[in-house]
Amino acid sequence: MNLAFDLLLATALLWSAWRTLATPQIGRAVILFIVFGLLLTLAWARLDAPDIALAEAAIGAGLTGALLLDAVAALRARRPDTDGDET
Amino acid sequence: MKRLVRWLTVLALSGLAGALLLAIAGLPPAPVRLAGEVAGNLAASGVSHPVTAVLLNFRGYDTFLEVAVLIIALLGMLAAGLPPPPPTGSRNAMLPTLARLAVPLMVLAATYLLWAGAFRPGGAFQAAAVLAAAAVLLHLAEIQAPWPQHARGPRLAIAGGFLLFLAIAAALLVNGGLLRYPPEQAGLLIVLIESGLTVSLAVNLAAFFLLRSSSENGQILRSTAKMGEKP
Repeated sequence: MNLAFDLLLATALLWSAWRTLATPQIGRAVILFIVFGLLLTLAWARLDAPDIALAEAAIGAGLTGALLLDAVAALRARRPDTDGDET
Repeated sequence: MKRLVRWLTVLALSGLAGALLLAIAGLPPAPVRLAGEVAGNLAASGVSHPVTAVLLNFRGYDTFLEVAVLIIALLGMLAAGLPPPPPTGSRNAMLPTLARLAVPLMVLAATYLLWAGAFRPGGAFQAAAVLAAAAVLLHLAEIQAPWPQHARGPRLAIAGGFLLFLAIAAALLVNGGLLRYPPEQAGLLIVLIESGLTVSLAVNLAAFFLLRSSSENGQILRSTAKMGEKP
C-alpha cells in the first residue's frame, strides 16, 4: 500500500514537473508549479522530513506560487493582447 | 533540424545525468556522522529539536546570511523600481469574508509555529511565511492597501529583526566566537532571535507584494474600475 502510494507520488511529481516545463501557457505553468510544490510537500512528509515539508508548503508552493501569479498578472496587464490562456 | 537539436540535447543531458548518478554512487561514505554529532550536543544547544538546533545554534551563521540575502533581494527590488501593481481581480463578497475568517487563524498558527520550533518541526521561517501569506491574502481581498514605497514602518520592522540578530552575534564575539551561545542562555537567545526574525522575514516576504510606489496606486484603482465596467 505504502509502496503503491510512493510510486504514485513519484510519478505525479515527475509528470507535474514535466508539464510545468512543457506547457506553452504561462498561467497554466504557474498553476502546475504550485501543484508540483504541494506534491513535493507530500514527498518530504513521506521521507520523514516534516521541517522541510512545512517550509516547502509555506514558501515553495504558497509564497513563490503567489509571487509567480502576481508576475503573470503584471505581464498580462502590460500586454493584454498576448494572453496565452485562451488558445 | 530543430528536432535533431532537441534530441541531441536530450541525449547530452541524459549522459550528464548518468555521469552524475555514477559519481554520486561512487562517493565514499561521509567521514563524520553529523546526525550523531548533533544528537550528542543537543543538550547544550538550548532547544530540543535537532533541526532548530542546527539552524539557530550550530550553523547560526548560515541562517544569519540567509536572512541577509532576503533583505538584499528586497533592496534590489526597491532599487530596480517597483512595477505598477496588477489589478487584483474581481470584487466578490467571498474573498474578504474568507480572509477575515482565515487571517486570525493564520496569525495563531504562525505564533504556534514559532513557539513549536524549540521542540518540534516549526520555526521562524515557517511562521514568517504563514504571516506573510496572511498579509498577501488581506491584500488580495482588498482589505490591506499596498504599502507606500517610502513607508518607514515596514523598513524598520525588516531591519529590526536582522539588527537584533546582528547585535546578539556581535555581543557574543567577546566570548571568542561568532554566535557561540553560552549554554545556559542559549534557549532564551534563540527564542529572542527567532521572534525578531519572524517579524523581519514576514514583513520582508510580504513586502515583495505590498511595497508599491504610492504614485501608481491611482493606476490600479482606475484599471480595476475599468475592468468592472466590462460586461
